[in-house]
Amino acid sequence: MSTPLITPDLVAVDLVATDRDDATRQLIDLLYAAGRVTDADGFHADVRAREAQMATGMPGGIGLPHARSSHVTVPSLAVGKVAAGVDFGAPDGPATLIFLIAAPDAGDGDHLKILAALARRLVHESFRTSLKDAPDAATVAEIVTREVVPS
Amino acid sequence: MKLVAVSSCPTGIAHTYMAAEALEQAGKAAGHEVHVETQGAAGSTPLDPAIIAAADGVIYAADLEVKDKDRFAGKPFIDVGVKKAVHDAPGVIAAAVAAVEAGVPAGGPAAPAAPVTKVDRNAGVGTKIRQWLMTGVSYMIPFVAAGGILIALGFMVAQFAGGSDGVIEVTSIPVSHLLNDFNATVGMDWAALLFQTGVVAFGFLVPVLSGFIAYAIADRPGLVPGFVGGAISVAVGAGFLGGLVTGFMAGFLALWISRWKVPKGVRGVMPVVVIPLLSTFVVGLVMFLIIGQPIASLMNGLSSWLNGLSGSNLILLGALLGAMMGFDLGGPINKVAYTFAVTGLATEGLATDAVQYRIMAAVMAAGMVAPLAMALASTVRKKLFTHAEQENGKAAWLLGLSFISEGAIPFAAADPWRVIVSSLVGSSVTGALVMAVGSGQRAPHGGIWVLPLISNPLGFLMAVAVGTVISAGLVIALKSAKPNEIVKAEQAADAQALVATAA
Repeated sequence: MSTPLITPDLVAVDLVATDRDDATRQLIDLLYAAGRVTDADGFHADVRAREAQMATGMPGGIGLPHARSSHVTVPSLAVGKVAAGVDFGAPDGPATLIFLIAAPDAGDGDHLKILAALARRLVHESFRTSLKDAPDAATVAEIVTREVVPS
Repeated sequence: MKLVAVSSCPTGIAHTYMAAEALEQAGKAAGHEVHVETQGAAGSTPLDPAIIAAADGVIYAADLEVKDKDRFAGKPFIDVGVKKAVHDAPGVIAAAVAAVEAGVPAGGPAAPAAPVTKVDRNAGVGTKIRQWLMTGVSYMIPFVAAGGILIALGFMVAQFAGGSDGVIEVTSIPVSHLLNDFNATVGMDWAALLFQTGVVAFGFLVPVLSGFIAYAIADRPGLVPGFVGGAISVAVGAGFLGGLVTGFMAGFLALWISRWKVPKGVRGVMPVVVIPLLSTFVVGLVMFLIIGQPIASLMNGLSSWLNGLSGSNLILLGALLGAMMGFDLGGPINKVAYTFAVTGLATEGLATDAVQYRIMAAVMAAGMVAPLAMALASTVRKKLFTHAEQENGKAAWLLGLSFISEGAIPFAAADPWRVIVSSLVGSSVTGALVMAVGSGQRAPHGGIWVLPLISNPLGFLMAVAVGTVISAGLVIALKSAKPNEIVKAEQAADAQALVATAA
């Protein structure tokens, strides 16, 4: 686990997006800029394909676009906060907190365990609230790094 | 309560684990012990067999095929899909607890084709009727497949063992021959064994259909009147349409009687004696006296009308006979047309190009259309059919080719008017085409297995193919116009599994 799941430059606290595709793209661009994704368009296509199978919106204002993709070099999380909300197909309304999970296609078990741990944390309301309340990017990254520990 | 669960999702990195966590947390909150096996991308650690053994029930929150599902065989389970577990874990836990308390028996390992036995009490009337029908149909399908394939195998063996007339002979070997003179070295004896066993299995089609429709409506009290009603439907020649009627009649009678307020002393014997006795008697009375008689006179009327038509335009006669064959698939109308053709064959001293042979060819070709069309439609447009129907579609190819129209009954019983209209049109076209191409047929049964006995076999096959394509196209169009609720629900569950498998 030399590379952390998330760093402050993968957090956008004031994301403004027209729709879920746009929001996803902006987060992908963060991953691309950080060198964690080799092909932004290619990865975007993989995420879209996954989103098309079943919307990833969750109750409580969460959007969870994700994909396993050959364009991903290291398991990563990008977080965007959208004050205005973006529809992610959740039954109870638009998402204000968006997690983009990027998993390498050929990832071994250890790499993927950190993502499994992240997914498990996402279910906990306290975790989501603490992220929603976090004032800046550094705090978001710090909370995720502290809370998400593979079991 | 102790529960075990399996979670999985298409990507295997997010929902699988969210569902697991949500179920564990919701279980803890409700005071239940929940162990989840996450079948995700990070690899899955199988649940300890001791934990499975101790579990009261199983939750499948899986969008992919559950690995090693037979480990959980025999335990009450609910199958909810991964999304439901993420979004409403407490509801899923509550449903699982309810399932354990109700003792919902688990299906066998072949879960995809497992019968739909439980009907959603809150569903609308239309959906409920479909669910009742589908319950009957899904229990009937194995009988159709087993019986139909045995008969088809009997024809196949007869053709190899008995030459070109073997297929005609096999149907006339009596059961007593099998009991007294069965010779394991004689191919025709094996053919007869296969054929007779298949015929007996087929005898259960309508009773099972009727019985399990009644079971879906009224639960156990519906079984006896349902089965008996179905058997009477066969006896009076009312076919599967009669079986649908008896299924509903038996179910509602049993349900109604089971709600009577009776003195305490009688209550104990209600389910064992009173409900089956009364409901069965009423079903018998209605079927024999009220439904049986009109059907018998209808059949007589149709027969004499058909006999009067002989000599008129052959192509029109072919279209009419074809439509009759396709209408009720072994029911009274179909039987009149078939009997008309077979009786013609018995005429003494027929010329090789006699009209009687052409009528037989038209009837046989038309009778092959419905099962073939359903097989074709359920192959090219899987999404319009339930899992059970798709499975049945595979067997229907062989049944159709063997002139076993009953192969289409599960489809027709589940969705009568769309399937019957399509079958009617296609069969009618085929009947007319066979007359037009002038094929003749001197075997009363056998489908492609008696092809050597058919004159102009290519024309015959072409006519069958055209009718099949027309029927399949029609049923696809009609079903597309208004998709079935059950199919939609099934698809919602498998859409992801399918895509994931493809990816």
